[in-house]
Amino acid sequence: MPKTKKEKLLLKASIAFAAMFAVAPVSNAMHIMEGYLPAGYCVAWGVVCLPFLIAGFISLRNKTRENRRNLTLIAMSGAFIFVISSLKIPSVTGSCSHMTGTGLGAILFGPAAVSVLGIIVLIFQAVLLAHGGLTTLGANTFSMAIAGPLVSYGIYKLCEKTKVNRRVGVFLAACAGDLFTYCVTSVQLALAYPSEAGGVAASAVKFLGVFAPTQLPLAVIEGILTVVIVIGMETYAVPELRSIGFLSGKKEVY
Amino acid sequence: MSKNTRTVILLLAAAVLIALIPLFALKGAEFGGSDDAGSVMVEEIHGEYEPWFTPVLETALGGEIPGEVESLIFCVQTGIGVGVIAFFMGRFVERKKWMKLTGKEAEEGAPDAVH
Repeated sequence: MPKTKKEKLLLKASIAFAAMFAVAPVSNAMHIMEGYLPAGYCVAWGVVCLPFLIAGFISLRNKTRENRRNLTLIAMSGAFIFVISSLKIPSVTGSCSHMTGTGLGAILFGPAAVSVLGIIVLIFQAVLLAHGGLTTLGANTFSMAIAGPLVSYGIYKLCEKTKVNRRVGVFLAACAGDLFTYCVTSVQLALAYPSEAGGVAASAVKFLGVFAPTQLPLAVIEGILTVVIVIGMETYAVPELRSIGFLSGKKEVY
Repeated sequence: MSKNTRTVILLLAAAVLIALIPLFALKGAEFGGSDDAGSVMVEEIHGEYEPWFTPVLETALGGEIPGEVESLIFCVQTGIGVGVIAFFMGRFVERKKWMKLTGKEAEEGAPDAVH
C-alpha cells in the first residue's frame, strides 16, 4: 500500500472520525434499533469496524487513482445500496423488511470498499429516518457492510474458482450476503441479551426466528436484482468492468 | 442481447411476484417492520426495556417522525440511488451505440464474446 502524505492524512482523519464516534454514544448495528445495545457493545463493534473502514477507504482511493473512470462503477454500487436498502418489502411472515444491496459492491470491489459505501447509507438512515441508529452504527456497519459483503465476496470467488456460471455465482453471493447480515444481527442482539434459560445460543435462535423467515424471500429478490444489474453492466460497461478486473481482457486506457 | 432482455424480464417478474405474493396470501397481516419485531423480542427476553438513546431526529422533533414524512425521506433515498444508476447507465448505453456507429467496437473486442 503506497503511503503518500495525503493518504496518511486521510487515515488519520478516519481514525479521528472513528474516535469521535467511540466517545459519543456509539453503537450502530445493521438496524439494531437506536438505544437497544448497551454502550459497551456499541463501542466494541465500532472499534471492530475501524480497520475495515480504513482499508476500504484506501482501497477506494487506489481504485480511483488507478483510473478515474472506476468512479462511475463505485458510484453505481453505492447507489445500488441506496436503492435496495430503501425498499421495504412485505414478506411471508406478515412483516416487512428490507434488503442490504451490498452484494454488488462486494463482488465488484471487494468487501473492504463496501464497508465505506455501506456506512454512508447507514448514517443517512440513522440520522434522517431514525432507522437503525447512531449508537448502534458500529454493530450495524459490522453486520451489513462488513460481514455480509465478506460472505458475498467469498462465495463469488468460490464460484469463480469452481467455474460455476457467473450469473449463478452473483445470485448466490448476493443472496447469502443478505441472509448472513441478518444472522450476524441476531447474534449481536443475542450477545447483548442472552436469554435466562439457554444463554446466548438460545437467544440467538430466538432472534433468528424473527429475522430469518422474513429475510429469506428478500434475499432471493436481492440476488435477482443484483444479477439484473450485473447483466446490464456486462452489456454496456465492458471497459469499466475490465478496468476493475471483473471481466478478463486487456485494460483500456481512456 | 435479445436473450439477455428475456432473462432480465423474467428475473424482474420473479422478483415482483415474490414481493407481491405475501401481500395477497396473507390478507389482513400487519406488515410492520421486522426491526420492530426485534425490539419486541428484546423485551420478551429481557423484560421491560427502555432504550437508552433516542434517535437524534426524534429528539430534535420532540416525537416520532410523521409517517408521511418518513416515506418521503425513504423516497428521497430511493430517488438518489435510482438517479445515479440511471444517469450512468444512460451514458453507457449511448456510448455503446456511438461506438457501434463509428466502428470502434471491433477494437474493443466484441462484448458478446464475454458472455
